[in-house]
Amino acid sequence: MTPDLSQARAIIRRGRALTALGLAGVAGLMALAVAFTPVEVRQGAAQKIFYVHVPSAVWAEIAVILTGLTSALYLWLGDRRLDRFALASAEVAAVLCAVVLATGPIWGKPIWGTWWTWDGRLTLTLFLFFLLLGYHSLRAALREPADRARFGAVLGIMAMVLVPFIHLSVILWPGLHPEPMVLKPGAPSLPWVMLRTLLVGFGVVGVLYVGLVSLRYGIELARDLREDADAAHA
Amino acid sequence: MREALRLAWVIMVKDVRLELRTRTSLLSAAVFAALVLIVFNFARDPTAVATIDLAPSVLWITIAFASVVAMNRAFTVERENAALDGLLLAPVPRGALYLGKYLANLVFVFVVEAVALPLFVLFFNVDLSRALGGVLLTVVLATAGFVAVGTVFSAMVVRTRFAELMLPVLLLPFLVPPLIRAAEATSRLLAGRPLSEQADALTFLALYDVVFVTLPMLIFSAVVDE
Repeated sequence: MTPDLSQARAIIRRGRALTALGLAGVAGLMALAVAFTPVEVRQGAAQKIFYVHVPSAVWAEIAVILTGLTSALYLWLGDRRLDRFALASAEVAAVLCAVVLATGPIWGKPIWGTWWTWDGRLTLTLFLFFLLLGYHSLRAALREPADRARFGAVLGIMAMVLVPFIHLSVILWPGLHPEPMVLKPGAPSLPWVMLRTLLVGFGVVGVLYVGLVSLRYGIELARDLREDADAAHA
Repeated sequence: MREALRLAWVIMVKDVRLELRTRTSLLSAAVFAALVLIVFNFARDPTAVATIDLAPSVLWITIAFASVVAMNRAFTVERENAALDGLLLAPVPRGALYLGKYLANLVFVFVVEAVALPLFVLFFNVDLSRALGGVLLTVVLATAGFVAVGTVFSAMVVRTRFAELMLPVLLLPFLVPPLIRAAEATSRLLAGRPLSEQADALTFLALYDVVFVTLPMLIFSAVVDE
């Protein structure tokens, strides 16, 4: 069955509903973090940002990996759905990177005494952000839809391969960033109430990711259909 | 395999010959490198900052920008008169085509570096006598990697509306990781530390080279075939 405009609209509607749910969830997460989670002893109120910052960072990396994988699959199978997903995921990843890059300094100023430092993780996120901006500028600058998909896939794969190299190149720089407390060898060193709020954060940002990706996917599908129709007319 | 290498060689020779006959972009890139070095010299307070403190950064920023300028030409020349279509009609495996373009770009960037490096030594009063071998090795390893990435991207950006701007935007994030390690190794070498201490950085650069020279061979057909 070939997709039609009504299908695109349905995907957009679903994406919109999920995004609204995710945004409401973010509001709930903030209430949970501020009112129902104890204040961290050493960092005080600034630590609350952790519950938004960390899930956004993790989902941003997941989104980049998914973009790379679906890009590779697109080159192999040529299914346009894969390309649309790669594009949508890359765009949401850019938004999440922006969230991480905005919340990080807000936390860093009171805790580190500086907005920015060339710490490994900060640099990595900044690079991801610029890679994603490059991905979108490249796609935006191409007129042919086929070029957009193929070149986007090539860049998506190369960006995914670059990520470990960025890790390797920045890891030796002296860093200020806190070490992972949950995803590390051994048991999480986070008290259960805080871990609970963090897990809610992962869930909420996950819903937001799925919602935004569906929304963007639907828009891209509608756009593809319109371009195909135009091409058929011409 | 041997046939592919031969074809890559033929394409490289074609590009080099073309450039030697016109000399426009190679000359401009070399002049550009010299100008960047000059700008750096005047963008510093000579009473506060010694040239040697800035030297490694200056060298790598010059190499980065000059290579971007030099690599822009690889596929813009093929754009004119639809020469790329002719090239694609020839029974050349896309991996070999990429390799040929890569080798040609490598030649150009090495030429630009061969102009920039002596000027760098001259303008910034750097004593390269002891560190020459190590610095050259670092330059060669770093260049081999990012020129590979640049070759792929230059083939993509020629189809965009503002290729000259798009190439640095795409390439610089790929260029910085090797550049970090290369600049680090260079500054240590210039400070008189032995080459053996730079094994980590050089291994990183070699790994980057292997990955980013091989990967495009596998996916280059997606870049040129419609």
